[in-house]
Amino acid sequence: MKKRPVYLDLPRIRLPLPGIVSILHRVSGAWLLVAGIPILLYAVSRSLASPETYAGMKAGISHPLAKIVLLSLLWSYLHHFCAGIRYLLLDIHRGIELAAARRSSAIVLVVSLALTLILGARIW
Amino acid sequence: MVTRRYAVGAHYGLMDWLVQRLSAVVMALYTVLLLAIVLWNGGLDYALWTDLFAHDGFRLASFLFMVSLLYHAWIGARDILMDYIKPAAVRLLLETVIVVLLVAYLGWTLQILWGTP
Repeated sequence: MKKRPVYLDLPRIRLPLPGIVSILHRVSGAWLLVAGIPILLYAVSRSLASPETYAGMKAGISHPLAKIVLLSLLWSYLHHFCAGIRYLLLDIHRGIELAAARRSSAIVLVVSLALTLILGARIW
Repeated sequence: MVTRRYAVGAHYGLMDWLVQRLSAVVMALYTVLLLAIVLWNGGLDYALWTDLFAHDGFRLASFLFMVSLLYHAWIGARDILMDYIKPAAVRLLLETVIVVLLVAYLGWTLQILWGTP
């Protein structure tokens, strides 16, 4: 087999927009797995236990550190959600031309950020 | 008939590929359902929250969501580990840790949904 050049100078690699959406899909998925699932289960179990623990959770999410973590998880979920819908459409061959794929990846980035701001503003 | 069977690599993933997508659809539907319920009721309070989880249908839907989430997470984690962690021993160890964690989360889910408070 022909020896192919390996080019992995990470700071110099310029990812196209769909590539950025793709790597963010991985990053957000990993973050949701590591932090999202345990925090979700903890939050649901505490919030259901009693009116007092529910109020405690409600107060707890206003803590600045909790706010940062929850906002990052909210964005992760929304980005993963929007990018996931894009991948499902690509799977059924919708928007696979270069221009359409670039446009849809820009839409994913903008919509997930906008929804994070809107939902974040509503929650806090 | 001789069938070549692969124990590793990317030759056995069609089922996982499909489950990854079907579980995504289940989660998306549940997300829209939950959001619709909250918006319909003009917000969330303790009474609505506990009423919701007292409902058998909602508990079952939540269970389906969590099973989808955990399986989906496993497939994604396996994909990431296959791509970035080359030493087989390290990868196996990390995969084992993740499987144990995800199964434990399933237990926690059952405890929340049907366990004694």
